[in-house]
Amino acid sequence: MTIKLTNLSAGYDRRPVVHHVNGEFADASMTAVVGPNGGGKSTLVKALAGFMPLMTGSVDYGGVARGEIAYLPQQFEIDRTFPINVMDVVLAGHWPKLGALGRRRNEHREAAMRALTMVDMASFATRPIISLSTGQWQRVLFARLSLQRAKIILLDEPFAAIDSRTTHDLIHVLEHWRQHGCTIICVMHDFQLVRDHFPQTLLLARDLIAWGDTGDVMRDENLARASAQAGTWVEHADVCDAQGGHAA
Amino acid sequence: MMNGFFNDPAMQRALIAALCVSVGSAPLGVFLVLRRMSLMGDVMAHAILPGVAAAFILCGMSIPMMSIGGVAAGLSVALIAGFVTRVTSLREDASLAAFYLIAVAAGVMMIALHGSAKDLEDILFGDAQNLDNGIVSLMAGISAVTVVVLAMIYRPLVMESFDPVFLRSVGGKGGLVQGMFLTLAVLNMVESYRAMGTLMSAGLMLIPAIAAQFWTQRLRTMLVVSIGIAVVGAVIGLMIAFAAQVPSGPAIILVVGGMYVLSLLLGRFGSVRARYFPFKHFKA
Repeated sequence: MTIKLTNLSAGYDRRPVVHHVNGEFADASMTAVVGPNGGGKSTLVKALAGFMPLMTGSVDYGGVARGEIAYLPQQFEIDRTFPINVMDVVLAGHWPKLGALGRRRNEHREAAMRALTMVDMASFATRPIISLSTGQWQRVLFARLSLQRAKIILLDEPFAAIDSRTTHDLIHVLEHWRQHGCTIICVMHDFQLVRDHFPQTLLLARDLIAWGDTGDVMRDENLARASAQAGTWVEHADVCDAQGGHAA
Repeated sequence: MMNGFFNDPAMQRALIAALCVSVGSAPLGVFLVLRRMSLMGDVMAHAILPGVAAAFILCGMSIPMMSIGGVAAGLSVALIAGFVTRVTSLREDASLAAFYLIAVAAGVMMIALHGSAKDLEDILFGDAQNLDNGIVSLMAGISAVTVVVLAMIYRPLVMESFDPVFLRSVGGKGGLVQGMFLTLAVLNMVESYRAMGTLMSAGLMLIPAIAAQFWTQRLRTMLVVSIGIAVVGAVIGLMIAFAAQVPSGPAIILVVGGMYVLSLLLGRFGSVRARYFPFKHFKA
């Protein structure tokens, strides 16, 4: 189930933020998506999650169904003051199996408890989410993710504002999922973490700068090119008529 | 004297009606508040007025027709305002505000041109002590439907309210759930306008829900607390209305309003007491 991008462009109001990207995520690979702010990392992940229409091109998920793709957006998109407890949040991870009405049985609660144990949050099961710290909250979201049994997991900056211990615990969870055959695509800012833990990297600055083994991609000349390309805005851009097939 | 209250058939009907409204509306109010749509609830309650007025002009004081007109007008204002937000640069609160003010003015003008001052007063302020069996049955039916549908959409509605992106990512029908929820809200506004009047029908929906925020951080408890506050408010409010011969709608709203003020002063979470006279803290 290789994920194949063909000439993919996506963006907002005719301005592409991801521009004619081609390439493949291998089966059970773990890829960091890096690049400057405004370079299209979140947009790429959103597009892969099916959350925004593509401007050009297509994505071939290699037969993976929509319900087998999990997407964890940036933290601020969730209302953390909502009166719901940790267990109920994690139980929602059964949604792909149970839907909106399916009955939750003991086995589902036990699975949720195991997921919470995996992220070291079992003792918080009955706490309201408003009482959690940012790091604890991210652990809970990882527990929910693990119940979704997704084949492709898309994460948008899951370690922003998270301390190093939690980050390392959760990266080990990602590696565990990958060993079980998940394809992981994760937007990252911390280059050291990328070098230490992500075998593959996709460097994006609207155009694709480089994509492949992390060692090859994270070279100085690639990073310099990416940051030079960041933040440019042409007020009266010409209409793009490229048909894809070029990498930059 | 309270013996007279419980034996009076009009009061019995008013009591049943108020209990129905409490059980159906208060939980909807909790979700409106949690979704930061409290004012939206008030707006919808006002927006039903032109529909009620149109039905009144065409069919007289026919409760079923006025209810249908109210639902149609409430949903139209919600949909039109949403549509205007999508096709123009106006924000949703601004477009809703414009539409509901127009709706209230149009409704009052329509009734003023075609009815008496008494008709206008009845529609604006309601008359809980003057309900017939048909209306009370209708109200009971709407409340039953509300509770059943709310139980059915409970899980997706919770998710749609707190993490809509997750619901969408697992293929949940967020738009459908939101539509059903708003329809229930409008139905309940219409249900209660006969008893509470269009000006106050949002009160029994929203004030108990807002007061309940101060007592718990658990949603199920919050729903139960909101119903409890609404029921107690409705019963005491009607007793006061009966004893002092004052209008029942404002009496009920003032009682739940008093309970809101007490909650905000003395509640367990986020109240004045919790903030300025803190509880003893636990060991870290």
